[in-house]
Amino acid sequence: MADHSPAYSEVAEQFDDAPQQRDAATLGMWTFLATEVLFFGVLFMGYLAYRVVYPEAFAEASHETHVIIGGINTAILLTSSLTMALSVYSVQAGQRKALIALLIATMALGSAFMVFKGVEYYKEYQEHLVPAVDFSFRGPHASQVEIFYYLYFLMTGLHAIHLTLGIAVVGAITFLAWRGHFSPQYHTPVELVGLYWHFVDIVWIFLFPLIYLIGGR
Amino acid sequence: MEHSVRTYLIVWAALLLLFAITWGSAYIHLGTLSTAINLTIAVAKALLVIIFFMHIHHSSPVVRIFAAAGFFWLTIMFTLTLGDYLTRG
Repeated sequence: MADHSPAYSEVAEQFDDAPQQRDAATLGMWTFLATEVLFFGVLFMGYLAYRVVYPEAFAEASHETHVIIGGINTAILLTSSLTMALSVYSVQAGQRKALIALLIATMALGSAFMVFKGVEYYKEYQEHLVPAVDFSFRGPHASQVEIFYYLYFLMTGLHAIHLTLGIAVVGAITFLAWRGHFSPQYHTPVELVGLYWHFVDIVWIFLFPLIYLIGGR
Repeated sequence: MEHSVRTYLIVWAALLLLFAITWGSAYIHLGTLSTAINLTIAVAKALLVIIFFMHIHHSSPVVRIFAAAGFFWLTIMFTLTLGDYLTRG
């Protein structure tokens, strides 16, 4: 792959060499991901606390979730992590066409997730499961079920925002890849975006069983 | 090149398999054991992603410490908060 941006192949002034620069970039991204772990972690903590005190209500609420959509979305995200990892492999192997194709596939899978999520949210709106809008639930634990759905919309909503931003950033990287900015010698942005993408996948890996599978099906 | 294409495909297959097991086990009503199984499988999947997709073991020790730090602080929060909720009368 031709390197059309000589500025990128120079090492910035504060670094001794390229591996150190790459290591610093990786450290920066993981630091950000650590803050994200705590960002989502707080919501998981709230979920955990309420599930401990209202186990039956949470199981009841979980039964109303759309496990088929949730399951399809899980498979979609897991596959998008594969395409993202393979796109990093492609740029390391100097395969520009494969890199672009795999980045586009990653965006397509992420977008498919968002479409399914939108359909799911709309179904839940029709089923009166959206708190603060027109929530109504038949059963003795209605207010506790509502707490579950507050958490559901907050957690999946925050995840969806992160995924959307991720799709946009992958789009930017795809454009740069198309312009030939990356090479086996320099492809740090592709790797770092990959780290972010895998993190968003990991959040969903934990969200899926906690939201959709409480109390069995 | 940290891993081969074959490795990535195998990890992906393992992730989908674990996902299928989690989903399938929900239909076998195991009560509290179900939650324990689901969370264990979720941790396993997360570790597969962190090790093979995020190449954590190819990073320097400093990076690995920073990566672990977020989860470490999360553990403190979970332990102290759950310690409160689980021991209330």
